[in-house]
Amino acid sequence: MSLLNDLTGAPPGLPPHALLLRLAAIGAVLAGTTCGFAYVGGWLSPGALTPARVIDRFEQVNGPHPGFRRNHAKGLCVEGRFAASGAGAALSKAGLFAAGRVTPVAGRLALAGGQPYAADAEATVRSLALRFTLPDGEEWRTGMNDIPVFPVRTPEAFYEQLLAAKPDLATGKPDPARLNGFFAAHPESAKAAALIKARTVTAGFADSTYRSLNAFRLVAADGRDTPVRFAFVPERAPSPETAGQAVQQDKNYLFDALAAELRQDALRWHLVATLGRPGDPTADATQPWPADRETADLGTLALTGSTPEAPGNCRDVNFDPLVLPLGIAPSDDPLLSARSAAYSQSFTRRAGEDKTPSAVAGAPPHGAAL
Amino acid sequence: MTPSPRFNLPARLLHWSMAALILAMLLIGVAMVTSLADYHALVSLHRPLGILILVLALLRLANRRRHAPPPLPADLPMWQRRAAHASHVALYALMLAMPLVGWAMLSAARYPVALAGPLVLPPILPQSPVLYAGLRSVHTVLAYALFGLILAHLGAALLHALIRQDGVFSSMAPWRPRRAAPTLRPEG
Repeated sequence: MSLLNDLTGAPPGLPPHALLLRLAAIGAVLAGTTCGFAYVGGWLSPGALTPARVIDRFEQVNGPHPGFRRNHAKGLCVEGRFAASGAGAALSKAGLFAAGRVTPVAGRLALAGGQPYAADAEATVRSLALRFTLPDGEEWRTGMNDIPVFPVRTPEAFYEQLLAAKPDLATGKPDPARLNGFFAAHPESAKAAALIKARTVTAGFADSTYRSLNAFRLVAADGRDTPVRFAFVPERAPSPETAGQAVQQDKNYLFDALAAELRQDALRWHLVATLGRPGDPTADATQPWPADRETADLGTLALTGSTPEAPGNCRDVNFDPLVLPLGIAPSDDPLLSARSAAYSQSFTRRAGEDKTPSAVAGAPPHGAAL
Repeated sequence: MTPSPRFNLPARLLHWSMAALILAMLLIGVAMVTSLADYHALVSLHRPLGILILVLALLRLANRRRHAPPPLPADLPMWQRRAAHASHVALYALMLAMPLVGWAMLSAARYPVALAGPLVLPPILPQSPVLYAGLRSVHTVLAYALFGLILAHLGAALLHALIRQDGVFSSMAPWRPRRAAPTLRPEG
């Protein structure tokens, strides 16, 4: 054992069994630390749902589209400003709600789904993502959709639903047996799907109402904490989509119409917060809140122009719904953290991939002299 | 001037508080990238803790410049001296690099680096998804390297404490040694 004593530098007086025991103890500490690291990192629970697996499923369902968002892949960048009404100042200490405050906004209007070259279609969910730039580096980012409720309650249900609703290659529609199986397991999703199906689809992006679906909390300077759901309600009266609109026109008819309208004039929405009352579900985005809830008109969003996706604009922004200024806080809705995690995973993947131009190239303005 | 056989109190305080912080950061880091439910809470903790570690590492380097660490035992083999020196250079480099790479990658991605309340750090890199993707991978690789180094550091520290009993461990131990280490050689 004197060889081992020499190797380890142990004093010659240390007996061999004591030396071996101490070496074993050191080995156990190192092994324990490594196991703890592996456990926390999820290597010992390979079945757990992770952000990577959520995004893998998007890629599995939609096929590979490198460089594009894994969801809401087809979109157009917009810019504008938000003018606060002052009605939000009593509800939230966020500076952007102070009366008279005008906040620059950049955003993206998009169609849900992971197909960047899919043709615009009436039934496709429309989304409005916004990035409010506050003074001193604070931001509010939000992603809203033109549906009344979210189709699932939990990240796990979302993961299952992605596959269950995958269009069959032959029919172009989801396999009814699989979809019904999903709804049987998730009755809350069946109810939500009925509400979503029953919604009025408007003529275009410009007259759609976009909703946060997830609940947030407005936190006032005096500590008052109000659960809210946000909606951007168009100033223009909505007109229903006409039957002929979708079938005859070009693949980008919704985006082209939006870009053309923005060249004419600004488009306006009111940011309306629905104030939840005790007992209103904040952790279940499949459930609507009672229709009689008080609302607050927090201000007016004016979108003033659009630009096709390009380096440095909305293409390269992650509209993570949990980038919040002080005064807006997450609710207990489990989807919020999951959205943040999955968006981040999608963003990280596409950030490192080569880019191809968006299908929405944006028609040049009429009259080259402009 | 005879060098103290122990690190000075600020060095010991910084060492043990940073040991806890860095280990916690590595665990938060590996946990958050695989978590859906706790992702937001963990990220919200990860950013301010990372900046705190950056500040503490700078304080620690400043303290080290003013108060040289006690010398290694004279009988320590040359290869172990070199390993000790190289691993400490690497540990300090990573203590600084991990938060800086984290801050830089978030800057390139144009994520606000929110610390606490309304406090947001300014970006330190121009917006660039490609830069973000590269730095994001670097952040992961460096994190594993740091974890490996910490394991080696921990193993070597325990070897000094339990087997060599040469005073190296007690020079950084948070407690005062009950008696002078019996095998501690006088400075040659």
